Amino acid sequence: MATTALRREVRIVSPTRQRVMGILFIVIGLGIWFLFGRLGMPDQVTSFGLNPGGSQKILPDLVVPSTLMIDMLALLCVGFGVGQLIAKGGFGRRTNLVLGIVSALFVLAFLTWAAAGKSLNLAGLLSTTLLKAVPLTLGALSGVLCERAGVVNIAIEGMMLMAAMVSSLVASVSHNLWLGLIAGVLSAALLGLVHGVMCIKYKTNQIISGTAINIFATGLTSYISTKFLQVQQELNNPGTFQAIPIPGLSKIPIIGPILFNNNMYVYAMFFFLFVIQIALFSTRWGLRVRSVGEHPKAADTLGINVFRTRYISVILGSMMAGFAGTYLTLGAVGRFDDVMTAGRGFISLAAMIFGNWMPFGSFGASLLFGFTDSLSSKLAILGVRIPSQVFLMLPYIVTMIVLAGVVGRGQMPAADGTPYEKEEL
Amino acid sequence: MSQEPIPPSGETPSKDVGKIFLEEVTAGPPSHLPRWRRILQTLAIPVLAIFTGLVMGGVIIVLSSPEFYAAWRVSWIDGIKMGWNIVTTAYGALFTGAFGDPARMRAALQSGNPEEIRKAFNPFLESLVASTPYIFGGLAVALGFRAGLFNIGAEGQLWIGAVFAAFVGYSIKGVPAYIHLPLAFGAAAIGGGIWGFIPGWLKAKTGGHEVINTIMMNYIAFRLCDWLLTGPLKRPNSFNPITPFVEESAKLPRFFGDPIRFHLGFFVALFMAWLVYWFLFKTKWGFDLRAVGANQNAARYSGMNVAVSIMLAMTLSGALAGMAGGNEVLGVNYDLAMGFSAGYGFDSIALALLGKSQPLGVVLSALLFGFLRNGATRMQLVAGVPKDIISVLQAFILIFVAAPAIIRTIYRLKPPEGGEEGVFSGTWK
Repeated sequence: MATTALRREVRIVSPTRQRVMGILFIVIGLGIWFLFGRLGMPDQVTSFGLNPGGSQKILPDLVVPSTLMIDMLALLCVGFGVGQLIAKGGFGRRTNLVLGIVSALFVLAFLTWAAAGKSLNLAGLLSTTLLKAVPLTLGALSGVLCERAGVVNIAIEGMMLMAAMVSSLVASVSHNLWLGLIAGVLSAALLGLVHGVMCIKYKTNQIISGTAINIFATGLTSYISTKFLQVQQELNNPGTFQAIPIPGLSKIPIIGPILFNNNMYVYAMFFFLFVIQIALFSTRWGLRVRSVGEHPKAADTLGINVFRTRYISVILGSMMAGFAGTYLTLGAVGRFDDVMTAGRGFISLAAMIFGNWMPFGSFGASLLFGFTDSLSSKLAILGVRIPSQVFLMLPYIVTMIVLAGVVGRGQMPAADGTPYEKEEL
Repeated sequence: MSQEPIPPSGETPSKDVGKIFLEEVTAGPPSHLPRWRRILQTLAIPVLAIFTGLVMGGVIIVLSSPEFYAAWRVSWIDGIKMGWNIVTTAYGALFTGAFGDPARMRAALQSGNPEEIRKAFNPFLESLVASTPYIFGGLAVALGFRAGLFNIGAEGQLWIGAVFAAFVGYSIKGVPAYIHLPLAFGAAAIGGGIWGFIPGWLKAKTGGHEVINTIMMNYIAFRLCDWLLTGPLKRPNSFNPITPFVEESAKLPRFFGDPIRFHLGFFVALFMAWLVYWFLFKTKWGFDLRAVGANQNAARYSGMNVAVSIMLAMTLSGALAGMAGGNEVLGVNYDLAMGFSAGYGFDSIALALLGKSQPLGVVLSALLFGFLRNGATRMQLVAGVPKDIISVLQAFILIFVAAPAIIRTIYRLKPPEGGEEGVFSGTWK
């Protein structure tokens, strides 16, 4: 099968965009110098810790002179900007990559400035980033599965919440974490089935159906929590999955403890990332799913069962959201609290859009969002006088900017959100 | 709306708008039926949806009661008796909590003690107080629906409106009430309006979908309010994130003495409902807005400015949601604390659909939701049923209203002539 048929055309970067980007890079470079470079004391140093919390101290801290570091980063950004303006066609299709690098340099400069004269545990920061990205990535994968088949799922939040509650309850009663996990995933699948029946069979507006599921899940979980979980503590004490260090790999400095000393959710996340990427883009099944999401009528003409494909995708997607929800209770906290998802389902949705409806794109966006989240708490410890809420707002603002097409427009599946009406013979 | 067929160039575009107009005027069941049949048909689905929602809620209440299982083990007759008992206790408490206890009202009236009378009638008036933010919120979402827009960001707009109202309410001092109160209420509308305008502007200018943008704006609003309440707007000498009390001159006047909190906001809300009706159905702006909602392409070809209509609709929708927040601050709480909104913005979506995006329908659904919410407090106290069950009820009602085919299947109703009436047919793009 020709899987390339559905791949998008590569856009040609327009001259205006090239110039705007070039100027933007220079402005960021100057911004680094102006905001951070002049404020630090001349001989201050910043030390970055390279061992995540809890692990043995293997590496010494990385100590850099703050001002020099910031000046160099600023210079690098300006260099990218000049390159973008002078070179013919700028960086071409790699412009967004360079934009990412420049943004990363900006963040690094900011960290150097914030931790000037102090110490910041960089490895710890990255480790928390990964953990915070786990539920977001899994939630975003849920969105990818549903929306690639043409069904919008804004009920990720509700499915996560339901799975979190059910998994905590079942795992506490049965004293078996895996049983809790399965029950949580199944409860989300049930909500997914409802969403599917509403959207596919009854052709309800998919946003309304999603909203209804969100309200239902919030109500029912709070109801059961108030009635049982808060009263009888033994019903809400499931414990958590323990970390499994991977022999050998976990001994690698810096990345070992960050990547290879986690509980099964982190490994499962990577597993699902690869599986869904391959399944969607390199198998016959994936081609069918995407064709149903792009042009259901054409798919139907070719003999693909549009309804069945959509049902399967939605239910698999909601199971993924459920898996994300169980991470909150069984993978992280070990307890269910009212409305504990706290908008993670909606951030997942944002990550999926930011990641252009692609598994690895969503993962990158989730990492970014996880980073802002963990940064906000780290900076509060460092005593930076920027309110933590500003960092917590960033994912949402960035998503709106992306959606507005400033950084290149995303390509949503063409039939996303539209119910399929089979023509009567 | 790229998926809609673009009319061939030979057709006169004004014909389509005329058709839309006719559809709007003759909305509802065909007119050859007698009037009572038409009313019955319009009401059948919402009423049955509410009823079925209550039944489903009752089932959940029974299934989550240990007493029911205990009785069931004795015999199934006992189980059913017990189940019936549990539901009637819960819904009985819900009813008296929402409307007041008739026996107590009679006794209070006979005794003639004014305070006792106030206490006896308080539940009913308190339900009206609870309905007020729902009316504003429901109107906000309904106005968006009419323009084909899904304003899922009423919650965020409500928060911003509340912050604006609280700030104007406490920072301006020594101004007479007839200036201060409209100023504070207006500030709430402006705050919410700004928060609605941004996604509207993004939709009109860049095509960024308003559902995603309003969700994002919700969370930006939450973080912003979190920061404002812990920082710049924090009440001096307080450990909690809470604003100072608003001035006496900015409070919405109450009609009765303590403990009745019934205030002017309810009538402001009713007035706004009339205003929205007048705007939507009696002005050119409202017509444009509905035309854009019904068929964007047709509206564009007939020379209407679609972008302006979208921005206007989102701004007005945001302003109405902001007024819901202002109403709560100026009429009920007199200050703003974290967690002041009980999810009014999200419930508003359900009630706008239940009210079929008609101002009158929205007012009626808002009253229902207000009575449910107020009654639920007593139900939790008396019957031990957590009041979160109300959200479950609302979700069921929303599902049944959004998919009337389910209700028709359950009650073996005939599908209406001329096909199912679309509640809200806007799509993802």
